[in-house]
Amino acid sequence: MPFEFTMPEFRLIAPVLIVFGVACIGILIEALVPRQQRFVVQSTLACLSLVAALGATIVNWQAQSFQPVVNGVMMLDGPTYFMWTMLLLFTLFSLLLFGERQLGGGASAFAASAAAVPGSKLEADSSAARMEHTEIFPLALFALSGMLVFPAANDLLTMFVAIEVMSLPLYLMASMARRRRLLSQEAALKYFLLGSTSSAFFLFGVALVFGYAGSFAFADVAAAIHSPTAGHGLLVAGVGMLSVGVLFKVGAVPFHSWTPDVYQGSPTPVTGFMAVCTKIAAVGGLLRLFYVALGAARWDWQLLVAIVAVLTIVVGSVVAVVQTDIKRMLAYSSIAHGGFILTAVVGTYTSQTGLHEGYVGSVGAVMFYLAAYGFATLGAFAIVTLVRNAGGEATNLSAWAGLGRRSPVLAGLFGLFLLSFAGIPLTGGFIGKFSVFESAWEGGFWWLVVVAVVMSLVAAFFYMRVIVIMFFSEPAEGTQIGSASWLTWVPILVGAVATLVLGILPGGVLELAAGAAGFLR
Amino acid sequence: MTPLETVTPIAATGVFSLAWLLIAVPLVCAGVLLLLGRVADGWGHLLATAAPIFSFVLAVVLFGTQLGAAPDQRVVELSLYQWFATGGWDIGVGLRIDPLSILFVLLITGVGSLIHVYSIGYMAHDPKRRRFFAFLNLFVAAMLVLVLADNYLVLFVGWEGVGLASYLLISFWQERPAAAAAGKKAFVMNRVGDLGLTMAIFSMLAMFGSSKFTDVAEHAPGLTPLWATLIGIFLLVGACGKSAQVPLQAWLLDAMEGPTPVSALIHAATMVTAGVYLVVRSHDIFELSAVASFAVVVVGTVTLLAGAWIGCAKDDIKKVLAGSTMSQIGYMMLAAGIGPAGYAFAIFHLLTHGFFKANMFLGAGSVMHAMNDDVNMRHYGALAKVLPITFWTFAAGYLAIIGFPGFAGYFSKDHIIEAAFGQNVVIGLCALLGAGVTAFYMTRLMLMTWFGTKRWRKDVHPHESPLTMTIPLILLGIGSVVGGFALNFWIQDWLEPSTGAHPHEVSLLPTPIGLATLAVVAVGIVVAWIMFGRKEVPDVAPADVSPITVIGRNDLFGDAVNNALVVTPTRVVAENVILADDTLVDGAVMGSAAAVGGLAGQLRKIQNGSVRTYALVMMAGTVLVGLVLILGQWV
Repeated sequence: MPFEFTMPEFRLIAPVLIVFGVACIGILIEALVPRQQRFVVQSTLACLSLVAALGATIVNWQAQSFQPVVNGVMMLDGPTYFMWTMLLLFTLFSLLLFGERQLGGGASAFAASAAAVPGSKLEADSSAARMEHTEIFPLALFALSGMLVFPAANDLLTMFVAIEVMSLPLYLMASMARRRRLLSQEAALKYFLLGSTSSAFFLFGVALVFGYAGSFAFADVAAAIHSPTAGHGLLVAGVGMLSVGVLFKVGAVPFHSWTPDVYQGSPTPVTGFMAVCTKIAAVGGLLRLFYVALGAARWDWQLLVAIVAVLTIVVGSVVAVVQTDIKRMLAYSSIAHGGFILTAVVGTYTSQTGLHEGYVGSVGAVMFYLAAYGFATLGAFAIVTLVRNAGGEATNLSAWAGLGRRSPVLAGLFGLFLLSFAGIPLTGGFIGKFSVFESAWEGGFWWLVVVAVVMSLVAAFFYMRVIVIMFFSEPAEGTQIGSASWLTWVPILVGAVATLVLGILPGGVLELAAGAAGFLR
Repeated sequence: MTPLETVTPIAATGVFSLAWLLIAVPLVCAGVLLLLGRVADGWGHLLATAAPIFSFVLAVVLFGTQLGAAPDQRVVELSLYQWFATGGWDIGVGLRIDPLSILFVLLITGVGSLIHVYSIGYMAHDPKRRRFFAFLNLFVAAMLVLVLADNYLVLFVGWEGVGLASYLLISFWQERPAAAAAGKKAFVMNRVGDLGLTMAIFSMLAMFGSSKFTDVAEHAPGLTPLWATLIGIFLLVGACGKSAQVPLQAWLLDAMEGPTPVSALIHAATMVTAGVYLVVRSHDIFELSAVASFAVVVVGTVTLLAGAWIGCAKDDIKKVLAGSTMSQIGYMMLAAGIGPAGYAFAIFHLLTHGFFKANMFLGAGSVMHAMNDDVNMRHYGALAKVLPITFWTFAAGYLAIIGFPGFAGYFSKDHIIEAAFGQNVVIGLCALLGAGVTAFYMTRLMLMTWFGTKRWRKDVHPHESPLTMTIPLILLGIGSVVGGFALNFWIQDWLEPSTGAHPHEVSLLPTPIGLATLAVVAVGIVVAWIMFGRKEVPDVAPADVSPITVIGRNDLFGDAVNNALVVTPTRVVAENVILADDTLVDGAVMGSAAAVGGLAGQLRKIQNGSVRTYALVMMAGTVLVGLVLILGQWV
């Protein structure tokens, strides 16, 4: 078959191009703009690019431009647009947190010189010279461009490239914490090593599935499963390898080990970015891979994903109970949320499997869950940046004791986010849990729902524990609330309002998610 | 047993479509007071007091409309909006105004209004008065959501809301460590109860696809006995948490750390009775399961004795009343567990108890006000002449609670005791014994507080409270006198559309059991008089007392029991899991390497090694994936 070159649909892939293009421009800025102005220029340009990309996404979505693009390597459909909107919005909030400098007394949360050996003279000098890593902004944009392609990728190779484009900048970003440098560098190294291992698995899976189907394209894989030409074993092995690669990015047990260390070591704004956007992109990619390419083989992977979901929920919920570090606790909570999302994935309750009129279905439920999770998580991490002591952020839970007396508003907002994580009614988390459980139930996995409900009650206990510590304990010595600018408060307040709106009036977003749930094949 | 016929609700029209204002007005007031901050310090309490009065007036109008309607037109549903619809489950937010809920609304807003008025005087000098009133309004709004909800999920929202207001108000004086600790205890123990309620709601959603009362009533007969029992037990656990029933009772005594109006409103008259409301509201479930109903009876009976026991041993006037509250709610639970014959009596006693207990709590607050916030009854004595209004209203409450003929408690409690004998002789005897003990500890309280010699501390100059405090006392005192007689012949018929029909004759003439009750009560009074009326009350609590008193003073060791049953096991499980996650996996891999180097080397090796551990876990995971996929081929 001769290869035909067609012009890419520039208008339709404009969001990816804008983000990627501005990331490249960001590198030029590093070279051309004087150091004093770099931070402002980089952050402003990055935020503007996100606004532009968001606008382009919404315009295309409004125009119902659902079609394959760039020779069919990407698919623009409802889930893609929904995921893109979430990714761009949450990255915008993350970048606001990146830009916060008032908290650190004029310095950002990022190291003066990330390559310097911790404790060395070079590090001290660059700190004294008030150097800053403004590369964090182009790095975030590069990562984001990978994240945008990930859930839209329509063949295995594109998906692999997207995973790598997303991951490589994240490894670097993890190493950039200003305080506790060793922890940060260790986190980055761990993330890199384990991430590379998982990529190897994914690539191996790509090869096996290619051997089975003779093509990388999802549509061809799906067709090959319907009328197989090669042995079933090849497919099963390929599915296993691909699962390992994607489940690692989702942070599912037993591929979760990196999460607590990396979340704890990374600069908190980066942690927020990773916890929300990586999760969204990875879950989006997982959905498309499993539903579009491997949908016909779902009898092969449903049991697997169900078991992984149970493990993820149990380990995430139970281990979180005994955490003493707030960032590690949020990491385990994020793991548990991945498990709850997987219950809906297992349900495969879509129009292909007989979705009833008016039901939300698996894809819609997952997307709603991600939106609720994203707002609450970003807000929670933003609050983590505010609770400080002499050594910077006070992430030990003991430092959070009595926060409710020192700052009732802040503790109340954090409490709201925790209640949403716990899935208490009137918060977005409740509706999210409700809809993912329903998808799993309708998909026939009632036992999974029972386990998930019981474990979500266990999880509720550890969120309550933090609330008890904040409101009913003697205030800790030395903890204070940093004075932040609007850059930090916007994500917190928007997160709080969105959490309540999604909990009290979820109808609009729920319908939007349900309406955008159809994958184009 | 066949489920009772209940009335099909009709859609709200006319004045009923304004019912949402009942909740909205206090809620908005709470928000305004909290958001405006200091600007509202001067007038905030007046606005806050106007809110429940408004709701009360509206409730009276609704009640009047219902009275005028035919019995089958008295159950009205007002649907507000569709909360969320996910196809299978369509949850709406709606209010249900029926004979049961309107009685609660009247109690909450009526007693609530009086307590707001009282608090104007009681909290006059508190720097955080505005916040106090905001929390009170928040409580009223949440409690109204709880009783007006037309489905369990919305009820749960109110359930959590009253809990929140309760914690905020218990630890209102959080600079006192005891108050902060009490708030924490109430919060933690209520989580156990909420767990039960959550499980019940999820079970209902799974079984019926809806949590609406009407749907549950319609589909409940289709439940298997096992599920009916399970849901019933879950609901009972929820009720135990909120209503401080054994084994989740320990928080209520500590909750007395809150300001006294809070104890009167939340921890006596309204919130703690929510468990009784829940059981009566869920009668369609309980009627299907004799086991669950009997569990309710047992819990009620045990609690009514346990609370009375505690009430006998305490010197703190508020804790005696708290023990008494537990005990009286035990009576209500007992009645609710008996089944159709008991529902109306449970609600009847709940209403009269709302009057006389709020009355006595506010009276206790008035005494504390006079005695410089001293709560120890051994420091009181001979106050009857000094605080005449408080004394006479308190006496009305006293006569009501011990069941003196003609007073409120006489009617409501006697019915419960009779119904208990109808259920089971042992239960009946326990209820009878409880009545005697109640008479004993309440007489003790009366004698130690109002009579005898002055045992006042230095610098205490008792004086009668201001009018804002005494007027509510007088009104509640009147309620304690006439409440029972007024409702006696009416309440069963009134509640019929909500709880079903129930053939149970009530009359004014004492029955044999009623006479026995009177005799037991008289014995209780005489014993108390012999022990505390004739002799001088010691200034310090005697140390050489019987083990029974020691157990009572220690709240029946409720804390120890709870720790052993709930707190410790939870902790052990969690710690073992983390141990397995950290030690088992790490240890197995690290053990060999760690044996090689010195301490520093070990630490470094652990740091270097952990990535390897993680990679190993990943490998193990991959093997697991492979196994599942291969095994899955044969499933």
